Amino acid sequence: MKTKYMNPYLAGVLLGLVLLSAFFFTGRGLGASGAVKSLVVTTVDVVAPEHTAESGYYSKYTGDGKSPMKSWLVFEVLGVLIGGFLSGALAGRLKLKVEHHPNITSKKRLILAGIGGVLFGYGSQLGRGCTSGSALTGMAVLSLAGFVTMMAIFGTAFALAYFFRRNWI
Amino acid sequence: MGPLIPQEIIAEGWNFFIAFVVGVGFGFVLEQAGFSSSRKLAGVFYGYDTVVLKVFFTAAVTAMLGLLYFSLFDWIDLNLVWVNPTFLWSAIIGGVIMGAGFIIGGYCPGTSVCALSIGKIDAMIFFGGIFIGIFLFGETYAIIKPLYMAEYLGNIKLSDVLGISQGTLAFFVIIAALVMFYVAEIAEKNFPRKEY
Repeated sequence: MKTKYMNPYLAGVLLGLVLLSAFFFTGRGLGASGAVKSLVVTTVDVVAPEHTAESGYYSKYTGDGKSPMKSWLVFEVLGVLIGGFLSGALAGRLKLKVEHHPNITSKKRLILAGIGGVLFGYGSQLGRGCTSGSALTGMAVLSLAGFVTMMAIFGTAFALAYFFRRNWI
Repeated sequence: MGPLIPQEIIAEGWNFFIAFVVGVGFGFVLEQAGFSSSRKLAGVFYGYDTVVLKVFFTAAVTAMLGLLYFSLFDWIDLNLVWVNPTFLWSAIIGGVIMGAGFIIGGYCPGTSVCALSIGKIDAMIFFGGIFIGIFLFGETYAIIKPLYMAEYLGNIKLSDVLGISQGTLAFFVIIAALVMFYVAEIAEKNFPRKEY
């Protein structure tokens, strides 16, 4: 069971080729948080359309017959969902569970996951993209923002690792 | 020749289909590499499992070299490839907030989608958290906007900032990646790794 995952360097080359093909076909790279943004804007627009029209942020994606769900990233992330599921099915990893270190309870893990998600969601909007959209894609096109965001994400996580070690080791 | 859709070699109507196919490849490779496990992802920050570092930098280097190679043979027009703009302060502070989210939550947005697709409940909660975080950003946009728009440097490349060619920068990125891979291999030998 030691070799149940793909060699990381091979996986990296394959991921790089996926990213390269995205550039070659569409001139743009990968992403993830942008699709959740579409989901948020759509939800707010259904619940309170006058609020989206007034907001400086949401209004960029609605009005004039624009539909936030008809976005490249929404379709790409639907693909991620299918691709991840297919790989998990082939590898026999499909299982409903909470994964956590024995040091902590499932409940604590879920609370921490929720807090982490909120932070990542907020940060991804401020930073104009997450690990895939800003850091990985940005670095591949040598964008300054890509390198800066990558270093800020990994640097902060390394710097804080000590304080959260009980959750992981 | 490329990019094919912006140059209308392939019709615009194919764009979403290609997005979906690219996404399937993205999700499949992430899951195969083990990015559907938060304990594997967080391992890089403690040295016991450095798969994140290896996959991330190998992918960045592969795509970066691919783009430079393709442009040499005019297979792709780099002027038509989107370079994300740099707003310096929001890139730094956004990245810091994301880094905190990473070590606390154990996922990033892409890997959480991959993990929830195979049934990780913690990833589903993380995904819900992203939704709330983005909603909070939308609601606080008026307050945060000065920071969000500050220090705009344009769609600038690191090679321009350093005043070196793209190829030279690529060379240094590869050297940096190789050094990190070396350190990562040593770290994995020295930190115990449990089965999970």
